[in-house]
Amino acid sequence: MHELAVCQSIIEQVSRIAAEYQAQFVEKIHLQIGPLSGVEPELLESAFPIACANTAAAKAILVINKLPIRVRCDTCRSESEASASRLVCGVCGDWQTTLLSGGEMLLERVELLAEH
Amino acid sequence: MCDTCGCNVTPGNRRLIEIKGRLSVTPGDRMAIDVLQDLLRENDRQAWHNREHFDRHQVLAVNLMSSPGSGKTALLETTIEAIGHEFNIGVIEGDLETENDAQRIRAKGVPAIQITTGSACHLDAHMVHGALHQLDLENLDILFIENVGNLVCPASFDLGHHRNVTLLSVTEGDDKPAKYPVMFRAADAMLITKADLLPVLDDFKCANAERNLRNLANPAPVMEVSAKTRQGFNDWLTWLQRELQSYHQHLARGEKLCPKIQREGHDLHASAQASPAL
Repeated sequence: MHELAVCQSIIEQVSRIAAEYQAQFVEKIHLQIGPLSGVEPELLESAFPIACANTAAAKAILVINKLPIRVRCDTCRSESEASASRLVCGVCGDWQTTLLSGGEMLLERVELLAEH
Repeated sequence: MCDTCGCNVTPGNRRLIEIKGRLSVTPGDRMAIDVLQDLLRENDRQAWHNREHFDRHQVLAVNLMSSPGSGKTALLETTIEAIGHEFNIGVIEGDLETENDAQRIRAKGVPAIQITTGSACHLDAHMVHGALHQLDLENLDILFIENVGNLVCPASFDLGHHRNVTLLSVTEGDDKPAKYPVMFRAADAMLITKADLLPVLDDFKCANAERNLRNLANPAPVMEVSAKTRQGFNDWLTWLQRELQSYHQHLARGEKLCPKIQREGHDLHASAQASPAL
């Protein structure tokens, strides 16, 4: 529900980077999103056109790299995949785990075009 | 809904969409810039600034989150009655509309600033910054930030607070932590509220609520409380006082106290994923 606010923050960061590199257009924006970030990739994609209108990223393509949830067990030290509502160890079942991946909400890379 | 109608544009973040990068036109080729920054970097920067304010004045900031109607304001009213004479408490209230909650808090003799978000579904660090400058932080020990009633969005925005307390009322169902994992994973304490109703609600099992919280790898304490009967309030107030103590110890050591779960920053994942080829 807050994905538009996230998109606005992306555009603000990307615009700053484009200005820094004296680029005129942003061609592609690569993101890394994990299921535990609280951001829904599909909602982000639908909010993006609203946020990018009239900016250097108006024609940019949004590429979302969805990351899996992985945990490491604090007890048996195994690493396993997990689901958002069940972050327990996939090997011994212990709930005391550390999240290795799945909470990401990152601007990974931007591709810029200096002259169109 | 928010994603299409634009109601997520809050007074705090409106300026972000008004910024248009001023670019100088220079000939050149395509460039790919590796960034690896958090998507809410601007909010996080403001949150860090807010935390500096709190720490300079030694004010423990506690973010209260829950669905609407789970008893956040009632919890605060009874907390103020119980320890308001011992500690100086302040409250920031977040709601879409009305001053109702701030008025309830002020009636208890405590300063309260109401943030009305319009139609935005969460507080952000910029809104909290605007409110904290209306408070006399120098004379406060604890600041409660009552977030907008919502189990989704508030979990994603750092406000600069030190602890997250998530409320789950017994009328809501004991599987809420499984349904809203992002919110409950972030809890530093979970309060099962309206516990006085448990005898008449046989489908809510506190043990199930706690198990669902543990399944999120969250070791946070779970306390059953009732703002009406003060059942369980000793546990809650003891937790609060311990956190206040721990906060002062952190400050004395020159350390920052942050909620235990924060969104992973780029440091953690900078080398975790190979970037796709251009």
